[in-house]
Amino acid sequence: MNSSRKAIVYVRLKDGVLDPQGVTIHKALTQMGYEDFLSVRSGRFFELEIKGDASNIDRKIDEVCSKLLANPVIEKYSVEKVK
Amino acid sequence: MKFGVVTFPGSNCDYDAYTAAKHVLQEEVEFLWHKSEDLLGSDVVILPGGFSYGDYLRAGAIARFSPIIGQVIQFARSGGIVVGICNGFQVLTECGLLPGALMRNSHLRFSCKYVYLRVENNTTRFTQACEKGEVLKIPIAHGEGNYYHFDDEIRILEDKGQVLFRYVDRQGNVTPEANPNGSLNNIAGIINEEGNVLGMMPHPERAVEEVLGSADGLKVFESIRASLATLTAVGEN
Repeated sequence: MNSSRKAIVYVRLKDGVLDPQGVTIHKALTQMGYEDFLSVRSGRFFELEIKGDASNIDRKIDEVCSKLLANPVIEKYSVEKVK
Repeated sequence: MKFGVVTFPGSNCDYDAYTAAKHVLQEEVEFLWHKSEDLLGSDVVILPGGFSYGDYLRAGAIARFSPIIGQVIQFARSGGIVVGICNGFQVLTECGLLPGALMRNSHLRFSCKYVYLRVENNTTRFTQACEKGEVLKIPIAHGEGNYYHFDDEIRILEDKGQVLFRYVDRQGNVTPEANPNGSLNNIAGIINEEGNVLGMMPHPERAVEEVLGSADGLKVFESIRASLATLTAVGEN
């Protein structure tokens, strides 16, 4: 029996690319009285459920990240594998 | 000449583009369904505005994998004229036919209004009916039109004359106030290096008759028609 696996992909804007959402969230935090936070950067994550018998999965994850999940012009991604 | 207007699920300016081509320009035009792989002999392909696939993931990111896009890429690579308006521009950057990316507007709001554009280069297939420096009044309607690319890439675009339209004030001055979305260098529209692919956030198809508020957008369509007429004439000689 094959049990499935999971990978979590985090996509965020590259350093230096302005993140208007993060800036707005940071402003809100400051207005709420939380003044200890210097900045906020936003991003998103994807949970990929993977077939237990999948082969070359690292390469495939890398492909879907660069082809679809992230836009390499403005975003970077990292992958965390979960059992 | 024949226009082809691609319809994705969520396109909402396909009829505007169709109407501009058919009733104002009085040229032939066909809708091209996104699942088709046939451009039906189009001389010009328009990727219209809208919210293809609900703008899920990133605007244009899913539409870029529609079957028709493979044909559009092939058509563009062989010199065919492709125009991406608004969401169509986003699709063109996502599929790599145009450089850069369109990010969330810097103020985070959807912006729907008339803007002024300055024609930066009038020696292209898309602007030859304009004067250099001419100011066009054309509407925008987008939430993700903030043009971005790396500094050195922007420099290359500028040096090669690929920046076609810039957001300006009524008098034609580039000012921060005239920039509706935070685009670098007030960039509103660009072409590829070969000059046959245009992407622009403003909607020329919504400004083709005075009764709509402006007919300035017609100049983009008339430029395309004139450039195709020249190409055909050369081909026939």
